[in-house]
Order: sequence, then C-alpha cells, then structure tokens
Amino acid sequence: MTTVIDVENISKQFKIHHERNQSLKERLLHPKSGSTEIFNALSDISFQVSANETVGILGHNGSGKSTLLKCICGVLQPTTGQIRLRGSLAALLELGAGFQTELSGRDNVYLYGAMLGLSKRNVDAIFDDIVAFSEIEQFIDTQVKFYSSGMYVRLAFAVAVNVDPDILVVDEVLAVGDERFQAKCIDRIRTFQEEGRSILLVTHQADQVRALCDRAIVLDGGLMVANGPVQESLRIFREHLLEDAVELDRTGARAEISIDSVTTPSGSFDVKSGAGIHFDVQMTSHAAYSGNFMMEIFTRGGLLVSRSDAQGSPVNLKPGLNSVGVDLPQIPLLDGVYDVNVGIVDRHGTVMAWREQAASIQVAYSGREGGIVELGASITQQ
Amino acid sequence: MNEATSAGVQRRSLDDAPVRVVSARANLRTRLRNLWSRRELLTSLVSSDIRIKYKNSALGIFWSMLSPALTLGIYDLVFSVITKNGYPNFALYLFSGLVVWNMFQNAVNMATGVIVDRAGLVKKVSFPREILALANVGAAVVYFAIQLCVLCLFMLALGRSPAWSFLWILPISFVTLYLLTASVAIVMSAVTVYLRDMRHLMEVLLQLWFWLSPVVYSYQNTIALRLHDHGVTWVYFLNPVTLIIITFQRIFYVKTTVLSTVAPHPPLQILPTWTMSTFFYANASLLALVVVVFLGSLMIFGRLEGNFESEL
Repeated sequence: MTTVIDVENISKQFKIHHERNQSLKERLLHPKSGSTEIFNALSDISFQVSANETVGILGHNGSGKSTLLKCICGVLQPTTGQIRLRGSLAALLELGAGFQTELSGRDNVYLYGAMLGLSKRNVDAIFDDIVAFSEIEQFIDTQVKFYSSGMYVRLAFAVAVNVDPDILVVDEVLAVGDERFQAKCIDRIRTFQEEGRSILLVTHQADQVRALCDRAIVLDGGLMVANGPVQESLRIFREHLLEDAVELDRTGARAEISIDSVTTPSGSFDVKSGAGIHFDVQMTSHAAYSGNFMMEIFTRGGLLVSRSDAQGSPVNLKPGLNSVGVDLPQIPLLDGVYDVNVGIVDRHGTVMAWREQAASIQVAYSGREGGIVELGASITQQ
Repeated sequence: MNEATSAGVQRRSLDDAPVRVVSARANLRTRLRNLWSRRELLTSLVSSDIRIKYKNSALGIFWSMLSPALTLGIYDLVFSVITKNGYPNFALYLFSGLVVWNMFQNAVNMATGVIVDRAGLVKKVSFPREILALANVGAAVVYFAIQLCVLCLFMLALGRSPAWSFLWILPISFVTLYLLTASVAIVMSAVTVYLRDMRHLMEVLLQLWFWLSPVVYSYQNTIALRLHDHGVTWVYFLNPVTLIIITFQRIFYVKTTVLSTVAPHPPLQILPTWTMSTFFYANASLLALVVVVFLGSLMIFGRLEGNFESEL
C-alpha cells in the first residue's frame, strides 16, 4: 500500500507573547518587555497514512489536533521534523477562508479552485457539479458578501469536495449546515472512501470516527497517545478525557471509579436473537458516589445500535467493590458481533468511568431478515 | 471487472505521484519550484486584485490611467509652468520616469500590508505566501503595461519616436524593475507582520525614495556635477531605481542634450551621454545584482514566515 502521508517526528512550538509589543516604538524602547513563553503544541509526532485509508484524529480542545492538521496541509511549518505528502491534497479547514467577499460566487469558485491548485480549465470542467452540489444556482453571480452564512459554507464545501483530491483533510466542518446537507457531506465522504482516496478526519465526536474511520489517532497535550484500531483508540481517548476530568476536580468529590469486568452468569456471551442476556458489571470505587450507569451497543461497523442509561434512578456506589446488574430481556438483533461499552456518568453527562468494548456479544439468528434489527415483519396480500 | 476498470481509470496510481515535503525550512529551490507550480494561482489573484480594486467605482479600470495622468499634470504644472525648469517636452520626460516609479510604488504600497490584511487566508489555506505579494506586483505590472501603452500613444501624438537602437535594452530594464519591485514587496510584506508600523513608515520612505530618484528633475542637470567634483557619483546610483528610470528616459525621451525653453535658451544636459554598451553593461550588472537580491528576499521571507501564525 502506498504511503500518502508520512509524518516524521513533527514538533511545533509557539511563542506566546504576554505583552503585545508590535509597534516599532515599543520594540525600540522596551526590547525586552513582555515575557515570551514557549508552548509545545506538538511533540514528536510520527505516523503514516496509506492510500485508501480513513484515519480519525481525536483529541479535546487544545490537544494539538488542529495544529497537526495545519502542518499536514502546509498552512503551518513544523518547528522540527518533516511531512511527506504524495498526491494532491484538499483541506476543509475553515470553509470559505479564501473567499473574497467583493467578488461573485462564480469568481470565488475559480479563485478558491486556484488556491486548491486547480487550473482554470479544471475548474471549468467541474463548475456545474460545484454549483449543483452547493444548491445556490440562482445566486452564483451575486457578490459573496450578500450570501447567508449557510450559502457561503455550502459553496466552499462544494468546491473542496469537487476538486478530486487524493487526500481529503476534514476538520470538524461536518458540524456546519443543516441535517440534510450534513448527510450529503457524509455521503460524499463515503464515496471518496469507495474511490480509494485517503481521508484524515479531525473531530471530537466519537460516533463519527466509529462510523467513518479505519484507524484513529489520539492526541493529548501535544503528544500522540494512541494510534491504532478505532475501538482501542476510542478507549484511550475516553480514558484521557477522564483523567482530565479528575484533574479538574478540586474537591475530590469525583471518586476514582474503575470498571473491572463485565460477565454473564453463564460465562458465555453468545445469545440467540430474541433471547435475553444478563450482565454483571463489577466496579471498584474509592469513595461513595452516586451517578448514572450508561451502556452503548455498537455494531462492528461502528453503528450505534442503542445507548441507554439509568436516567432518574442513579446507582449508588459505595467504597470498595460494587456490582451492577444489566438485564436485556430480549435482544432483537440479527446475526453478528456487537460491542458493549459501559460507564458511569454524572448528572451532567460527564463521564466518570468508562470501559470501551467491555464485552462483545455474539448474536445468532436463523431467520431471513437482513440488517441489524429483527422487526418480525410479516407480509400478507390484501 | 467493469467496476475495477472504471475505478482504475478514475484513480491514477499514486506510486509515482510527486512527493511534497512540509518542513521547517524549505530550501530555495523548493521555494522557486513551489512558486512556479502555483503560477495559475498568481494570475487568478492578480485578476481578482484588479477587479476588486475597481469594483464599485464608476470609471473602473480607467482610473489606472486617470490617476497617473492627473499626477503627471500636477508635476508638469509645478515644474514646467510655475518654476520654469526649461526642459522642452517636460511632460514626456516626466511620463517616461513616472511609469517606472508608479509600478514600484504601487506594488510596494499594496504589498506592505498584504499578509496582515489577508491573515484569514494565510492562517487557513496552504499556498506559497509570497504569492500574495507577487500578486500585488503583478497587478502593478498590468497598470504599468496600460501606462506604457498610453505613453506610446502620447509619443505618437507628439510625433516623437523612441531611441530605436536602445529599445532592446528595455526588456532587461523591465525585468530588473520587476525583480527589484518583487524583492522589496516580498520582504516588506513579511516584515510588516512583525512590525505593524512598517506600513506608515513605508509611506514616508517611498516619498523620500521618490525624491531621490530622477523623475521630476534631471539628475544630470542638477547634482551630477557636484557629485562628480567630490568623486561620489556612485552614491546616487546606490538607489537601484535611478538606473532603470534613466534607461527609460533615454529610450522614450531620447535626447540627452536639449535647448532650454527659457530665454536665453542655454543648452541643458538632461540625460547622461552614455553609449549603448555602457547602458547595456550597467543594466546587465544591475540585473545580475537584483537576481541575487530577489533570491535573498525569498530566503528572508522563508525565515520570517515560520512565525506568521502566532503573530497574525
């Protein structure tokens, strides 16, 4: 497999000025005034992305994921290390950043296309597709300054996804637009995957990573803490979130809770479709804590089947060993392996303890329905 | 089978696609290659720069002729009519120097703030940042070309012809002008990111620079002798614009020695009486120097652009 992105020992440092002294007078009179702090946004990051691979980059705010992405796109230069890119790259960083508001939509499409590295002839060829995708046919010759923010973003996205890049870099832009446009964007990303392009997706939405990515990288405080299968990386991502939550906690009221194991009475995780299953979840808590129990069930393809929590009836954990029972009276799922994540969240939804892929259940189904849920449909002629 | 074929057609193999490297310091060759590979972006930016500049004005691009014409009229009025410098066809003398100066000044003025003004773009979209400054220079070249055409029409109207035998030096002189302007524009655009005062300082510096260049007066007729007496003629030519302006004047104004229009009509030596080969060697050596300066400006820009993100 060809390596399309090769990130080699990238570090990026920023100088943070505490006193802005950008005028000549200030510099001459007080050359040393204002302290400068070196901030390590990225420390020694290395990874590779192959052709036809979709990689998610996870991390919470300030973890360095946007900096990394900007380095890959060439917007920022790394302080040390280098990045080797093969093939063309289109970045959906900040949509419409290259637009000149005084110019018409049409002119901007050409200008933005040129910024992404297209010739005028290339843009001519895809112009109609761009306009159709953006759904602003009637305003294409209007100055962009009169566009609504939605039109602005749609036009920018339309240009970026129509330029036929080998590598597509997406930075949380999927959060824009209405639901229908978002679905369209996700759809376009799937088409890209089918066509064998590489995609780098930065997000803090675990669901998106699960649904779209083959692999995930987790950044925390500028360090790469995970680079591997999605499930594994998501587990590490959640753990790091948790660590930060504990660090933030000054009163110490947030007890350290660990989820030790998930078992079934029979010891088997095989279940027939339509039958029930019972989990015993063992947890150790260092202090008394009252929170909500939460469980998620995912398909191996990353689709969320169900998320349930014991809303309104919190579990009261006592110091020491605790056991929580989860009863699923009837599993209407079809053939396949399903992963179970369990955790404890507080009443605001903040995760206090989490175990990704705590158990996997194997569902056996002998009927004829396809998909993931058995609805028990019966067809009769009337 | 069918699917595989269509996918194969659509996706070219990446195995032999060129590799681009993003690293702390791109070397000069990479910088030049990147610039060359983005020349289409340069033309797009130049045309959008021009369109935006005249977007909401009634006279549009006509202003690029009108405003230098008005400047020309004012200088002509002051120096030829009021202070009676006695240069025959002073407007033509002025015009030949002004086309050069206007290009230099326009480009440098526009480029000085361009990185700061387009911070949003610089922080979000990847392209060689020098292109923003070069686009301003490109727009100035367009106005220069328009003015040059007007100058030709003006000469036609006066019934004058250029110094044909010197005409072939014009391209050398123009390339020198372009590279010099580009160098100053590129460096200033980056320096302004760190020192915002540069924008205001540059306005004053350009004024000073203008008066140090022989546009509205004749170097030969004013200070040449005094400098020559002290043996420091070279000081005046430290200003690289001087030689370019004198070359343009030699080509379009043609006459080196004229009779004053003011009685008792003494002869005035307006331009140096250099031979063609002197002009050629002077221009060629300046060009060689400016090429080095241009490469140096790209290197300086490369050094400075690393911290744009945190300074913008």
